[in-house]
Order: sequence, then C-alpha cells, then structure tokens
Amino acid sequence: MTAALRRYGWSYVFVLPTFALFVVFTLLPVVQGLALSLQNARVTGGEFIGIANFVTLAEDPVFRQALGNTILYTTVVVAAQVTLALVVASLIQPLGARSRVFYRALFYLPLVNSAILVAIVWRWIFNANPFGLANTALGTIGLGPFLWIGSSDQALIAVILSAVLTIPGGGVVLYSAAIGSLPRELYEAAEVEGAGPFAKWWHITVPLLKPTTLYLLVVYTILAFQVFERVYIMTNGGGPNNATITIVQLIYSTAFQFGRYGLASAMAVVLFVMAIAVAVVQFRALRSDVEY
Amino acid sequence: MSSISRRLPVHVVLLLAGVVSLFPLYWLFLTSVSPTQYVVRVPPEVVPRELTVANYQRLFETTPIVRWLVNTVVIAGVITAFHLLFDSMAGYAFAKRRFPGKDVMFWLIVSTLTVPAQVTLIPVFFILRTLGLLDTYPGVILPGLADVFGIFLMKQYIQTLPTDLLHAARVDGASEWQVYRRIILPLSRPALAVLAIFTFQRYWNAFIFPLVILRDPAKYPVQVGLATLQGEFNTDYGMLMTGAAVAALPMIAVFFAFQRQFIEGIRIGGVKG
Repeated sequence: MTAALRRYGWSYVFVLPTFALFVVFTLLPVVQGLALSLQNARVTGGEFIGIANFVTLAEDPVFRQALGNTILYTTVVVAAQVTLALVVASLIQPLGARSRVFYRALFYLPLVNSAILVAIVWRWIFNANPFGLANTALGTIGLGPFLWIGSSDQALIAVILSAVLTIPGGGVVLYSAAIGSLPRELYEAAEVEGAGPFAKWWHITVPLLKPTTLYLLVVYTILAFQVFERVYIMTNGGGPNNATITIVQLIYSTAFQFGRYGLASAMAVVLFVMAIAVAVVQFRALRSDVEY
Repeated sequence: MSSISRRLPVHVVLLLAGVVSLFPLYWLFLTSVSPTQYVVRVPPEVVPRELTVANYQRLFETTPIVRWLVNTVVIAGVITAFHLLFDSMAGYAFAKRRFPGKDVMFWLIVSTLTVPAQVTLIPVFFILRTLGLLDTYPGVILPGLADVFGIFLMKQYIQTLPTDLLHAARVDGASEWQVYRRIILPLSRPALAVLAIFTFQRYWNAFIFPLVILRDPAKYPVQVGLATLQGEFNTDYGMLMTGAAVAALPMIAVFFAFQRQFIEGIRIGGVKG
C-alpha cells in the first residue's frame, strides 16, 4: 500500500485538483442533465416521467420555432463563415509575410470582443427607426426603411446578417496555416500543364484543405447551435412573436424565468444530440477521406 | 511593379472586408464620444463633427461600471491563475507519468468534449444552490475551473518535451515537485502564455453562467452589467455604447500586446469562438 502510494502518489497529486473539479462541475452535471431531462423537475424537485418532456417539445410550436430558427441561422452563418474564411485566407497567402501578419491580426481583432458588445452595436445598427444605420445606408440606394428587429419577418434576417458581416478571423488563421503547409510540387506540376491561378486553387488548394474545412464546419456549426447573446441583446430574447427565438434562448427562459428545469434540460439534450450528430458526420467524412 | 498592380485589387478587397468587420468596433467608440443629439440623428454621422466625454461622465456617475470591471478582472484573473497551475500539473501527469486509472480519467475527460455548456448549466446551478454558493464569487469561479481545454493544451505541449531531461533531474536528486516546478513549468511557458490568454479572454467575455448564478448587481461582471443597462423600450444608447467601449478596451489592449499568442493559440487549440 505504502509502496503503491510512494510510486503513484505524486501522479495523483498532479491530476486530482483538475480532475476533482471536472467531476463535480462537468461530469456529474452532464449525467444529472441527462437525468433531469427525464424528470418533471420544477423549482421544487421532480419525479421520473420517462420521455414525456421530449413529447411535449415535439408538440410545442415555440420549441419547433426555436429549432427551426437555430437550424436556419446555423446553415446560413456557417456556410458564409467557412466560405469567407477560405476565400480570405487564399487571398492573403500569396502576399508577403508582413501583409499576412497584418491581415490575420486585422481579421482577428473584432473577435476578441464579447458577443454582448458586438450585439449591442448591431442592435443599434439594425434599429427599427429610420435613423438606424442599416436603414440610412440602404436609404441612400432607395431601399427601406425596414423595421428589422422590430418586425417578425425581418428580425431573424438582422440577427443572421450581424453574424455574416464579420470575417471569421479564427477560420482565416487556420486556413492560412493549412495553405502554407501544402506541398509546392503539385502546383509546379499543374503549372507545367498550363493551369491558371483559379484552376490551381479550385482543383488543388480546395480539395487538399478538406480536413481543415471539415474541422471548421463542425466547430462553427456547434458554436452556431449555441447562439444566444445576439438574440438576447438584439431582440430582447426572442423578438416579436418569437421571431428570433433559438434553442439556448428558450433553455434560458424555460429554466430561469419559468422554473421548468426538466423541460429545459430536455432541450439541452436535443442540442447535445445535434452536436454529436455533427461530430459523427465529420468523423465519417474524414474516414472516407482516408479510404480513397 | 507588375506584381504591385496585380496585388492592388487583392489589397482593396481585403481592406474593404476588414473595414466592414471592424465597423461595429469603430461605431462603438465613435458613439461613445458623440453628443447625445447626434446619436439619434438622421442621417447618422460616420465621421464625428464634435467630440465629448459627456457619455463617459454619465456612465461613471450613474452606473457601477468600475465595480463591474473590477469584478471581471478578479473573476477572470482567479480562474486563469488556477487553470495555469492545475492544467500544467494535470497535463504533466497525463503526458509523462504512468499511474493506474490514467486512461479511464483521460477517456472521461475526452468524452465530455462535445457536450454543449448549456447541458451542464442547470445541474451546475442546482449544485451551487446546494452548496450555498449562488450569488457568490466562488459560485462563478468554481465551474470556470472545470473546463478541460487547458488539460489538453498542456498535455499536447508537455508531450513534446524530452523525457530524458526529467530522468536526468531525478538522478540528480530532484523531488517530483521540483521536476514539475523547475523543469516542466519553465519549459512550458509558450503553452502557458496561450492558455492564459485564451482563459482570460473566455472569462472576460463570459455571459450566460454569471447571468444565471449572480443576483446582486454589485457582483456582476461587466458583460452582465452592460446587458442590464439595456431597457426594453427606452435605452440610453449613448451610455450603453460607452459602457461597451469601456469593456472592449482591455481586451483590445491584451490583443495588441499578445497578438502572437492569440494567433498561435488558434493554431494549437483551434477555433474557440
């Protein structure tokens, strides 16, 4: 016993602080979160009710709205982010080293700020009043004024636009690093065959970047699934007629405004399953990549 | 010359994209120094005509913004300090040591990686309530110590350090703690810098956990405090944007001071938001 302690004791001393915190504040909560989703948990405890919460969710028009909004937001925003990151990184690459450093910093700078700060500004830009900035800008080309966040048709568009109009700096940095490590020989071979810059990019660069593309698709998708601050700030937590309500916004209000912890936990489990599904698809896609 | 003229359109496109991306930040600072009558002006002024500190005066006089900033520094600072210590210790053990249960522990950590934070939000709230830690600083700090990104980062980095060094130190009579303190820690500085910046940024910007855990506005971190400045119908936008500008400045300063670590961190640790 003492021999084992002397041999392994220090290892446990090194691991235990982190591992104990991880068990109490991550591992057990995950298990409890899954258990709560099967309970009728309100402010004062609850009992096991099987999958009743999930049945309730399936029939609840507000949850369906939240699910639909989240998926729409994710689809548009992730497609835009990955495309923008790829194009910007590809444009940066042929420039000199100093330009590359400058542009990476330029595109990363807006992202060091919190979603709250960013959303505060976007709320002001997409203000329903005619003096809102988006309305003024579009007014100069004869469009609008639009109600934006004040309208149930346009509020989600404003939220999506606010996300799309920011260059995804993290993606630019990752793509940029990946492009820098691609083998030069392939390009030289293509040049011998007379391929132009666009052909080289489309037929060599883009396919070779597939692992990075898949990684970014997954990370950005899981992040977009969790969109909350933008909605909370830009549209007071859901917008007119729940036009911008998202899953996380609904989890927050269901649990912490209405005290229906079991139902909110069931929503979190749905979110969890969505994240797992995306991760599995990525894993499959990467594996099929190895096979051919 | 031909290369410059070929690259010029590329620079124009990239700079335009940068301007669009940075515009909200510019607008934030512009509004914070604009007189109130210009904040609601048609058309909005993109270039200021007149500068004022009135918004800043109103912000500092009527809101506990300073208190909120101090709270944020304390919360994010304490979380960061503990992550640096605990994650480097655990990273060392997982990378370089053998002990029973190591694989199970690591597997458990890996298995929670894709779990969205919202799954643990409600149970963590319950646990803190049971411990009597709701509406306290430890209640915000403790859950922040449980995320596993840093363990990975440190394990990956420490794995690349030569094991011979550790053996040599032990032969020379160094205790296990000294091996960690004198060899592992100093050699891990690049990874620790990345971890410090990522952790600090993450908890400087944290919102939903403190929003749920804290009740007393005097304990709010700045992000939560700012959100409360926003009324449903009438909001003092000049003051709100000024508060946002004040909250943005420290992170922007950190970014300019540690740009290399930010970029390096994305490459090592991936995109974190």
